[in-house]
Amino acid sequence: MKKSFLLNMGPSHPAMHGVIRLVLELDGERVLGAEAEIGYLHRGFEKQAENDVWNNVIPYTDRLNYVSPLLNNVGYCLAVEKLMKLELPERCQVLRTIACELSRITDHLTCVGASAMELGAFTPFLYLMKAREELYFCIDRLTGARVTTSYTRIGGVKADMPPDFPERVVAAFRVLRESVKDTEALLTRNRIFVDRLKGVGVLDKETALAYGVTGPLLRSAGVPYDVRRARPYLVYDRLDFEVPVGTTGDNLDRYLVRLAEIEQSLRIVEQCFDRLPPGPVAVPDAQLLDAGLMADLGKRGKTGHIFDARAGTDPVLEGSGEAEKPLIAADQPDSVLPPKEEVYNSIEGLMRHFEIVMPSRGIVPPPGEAYAAVEGGNGELGFHVVSDGRSRPWRVRVRPPCFFNMAVLHKLLVGSTVADVVATFGSINMIAGELDR
Amino acid sequence: MKDPKALLGVLRDAIGLGVTALSGAGDDAVLSVEQASIRRALEVLKAQGFNVLVDLTCVDYLGYGKDERPAPPSHPYLPQRWASPPKPPHRFKLVYRLLDLDAASGLERGRITVALWVFDERGGPSVRDLWPNADWLEREVWDLFGIGFTGRGDLRRILLYPEFVGHPLRKDYPIDRRQPLIGPKEAPRPEEGGDLRPAP
Repeated sequence: MKKSFLLNMGPSHPAMHGVIRLVLELDGERVLGAEAEIGYLHRGFEKQAENDVWNNVIPYTDRLNYVSPLLNNVGYCLAVEKLMKLELPERCQVLRTIACELSRITDHLTCVGASAMELGAFTPFLYLMKAREELYFCIDRLTGARVTTSYTRIGGVKADMPPDFPERVVAAFRVLRESVKDTEALLTRNRIFVDRLKGVGVLDKETALAYGVTGPLLRSAGVPYDVRRARPYLVYDRLDFEVPVGTTGDNLDRYLVRLAEIEQSLRIVEQCFDRLPPGPVAVPDAQLLDAGLMADLGKRGKTGHIFDARAGTDPVLEGSGEAEKPLIAADQPDSVLPPKEEVYNSIEGLMRHFEIVMPSRGIVPPPGEAYAAVEGGNGELGFHVVSDGRSRPWRVRVRPPCFFNMAVLHKLLVGSTVADVVATFGSINMIAGELDR
Repeated sequence: MKDPKALLGVLRDAIGLGVTALSGAGDDAVLSVEQASIRRALEVLKAQGFNVLVDLTCVDYLGYGKDERPAPPSHPYLPQRWASPPKPPHRFKLVYRLLDLDAASGLERGRITVALWVFDERGGPSVRDLWPNADWLEREVWDLFGIGFTGRGDLRRILLYPEFVGHPLRKDYPIDRRQPLIGPKEAPRPEEGGDLRPAP
């Protein structure tokens, strides 16, 4: 006589984030088998990418892993730039590194906070969300949006950072360090919390490697693999940071590894600010001419003094003028938007601008394919792009780290209880936007 | 760091002319393998130390390089126009991305990409016994491209729902195609039980 029965957990279950269905085979409270059903948030990212020009894919990448959108932006652009063999200026690379690490911190804060909340610890969640909000504020200043950042462009970034950005980040880090310290004080030696996590959801090294698991999950199992270290991109090979490693690969290790990684990311950002190449030379306000006025003068043929003026643009476009452009974008006139001054006061600039933004034109990588990977919030985030030498990608494949982490989930659940499913699933940090694409 | 040329030699010893070409260099090297020898080739590569299947995906080359529009004039400020790429040998290409990871140091000993041009929808042999994560990846390729895998069961859709008609990442699947709405399903009664454990 079979005693087991099936229990459907999700998709309408608060701990499943509304997008995952777990079918559990139970004997009483004990899990005998589990199967994850995914796809509830499939939006056809890869199909959509094939039907848009190369630069227009970037906003879609925001929606992949929506708690660390900047990492996706950078990953996609690095893949296309590898295909096009573009060389980026140093300041642009450092800015991208800063953006990546800010995003990684927000990712880990969300994961630790949300998984603690799912276990009933509500206070750390509030502390960490407060810290995350400070970071979102900084990201907002840098990119113009809190979450849907679309900060990178193929061959550069949208704009240089605002002058007060480093101070704001340092101030945010003060709040962040305090919040993390408070959280650690509340959780790390908390008997109830530790009892719920220790020895639960154990992932051993061999299983992790066999399933292609990367990121904090793999590191918590004791393999110090980090794409930033193993295949350095941007400026990571010149930065000093550690790769935190766990020992047993249980839920507690994953929590500890994430907290340690937050500290390492803070260190990286601080080093980046130290080695940031000098910014643009400030131009006195007297030479600043409103962009609309500039265009009107040009139309009436009064071009006398518009050539020397700096275009005063909408705040959205701030930091992408003539002074900043060479610092933040590759020197490649046929792939990078020209500075606004050039667009407003010369026909060549106007043509270049529209050649890049018009839907049937855009930038054109050479035929071929390239794969580039970055260390995402959950592991190796890879982009495989194929070009046929036309203005739309032939194929954009995302290697979503969550997909591999979810594929191994059933191994972690067998043997635990139903209540532990919530803890283990929380520690995986499944982000459905990336998992289902 | 593994040398792709040395790997090519090892594969030539094992499967002879089943491996047709080596292109690229370093970590971006691509080995093209024939359908008949792919399973053996992947077994040899696994034995060579490639312990992680980083990715398995597919590319549909239907109509690749056939752009009928006239090329616009070339100008230093305008985006560059490229000559049409060479015609692909078959319609679909499966891409296996392998990684040799040193678990102790966390560093990579090498990466290699294996490309398999597929004649028809039978696709390649399943490799989920070599790398268990191939299970979900093969299901995804089947789901989105309709490329099957031999030697395995349980090839279900993974991202889309069972009633979905067609395979959306194929180039002949229009982006604006609507799928019929499906009604609510009758769920199996929980007391009937089930068995999710793999067969012994």
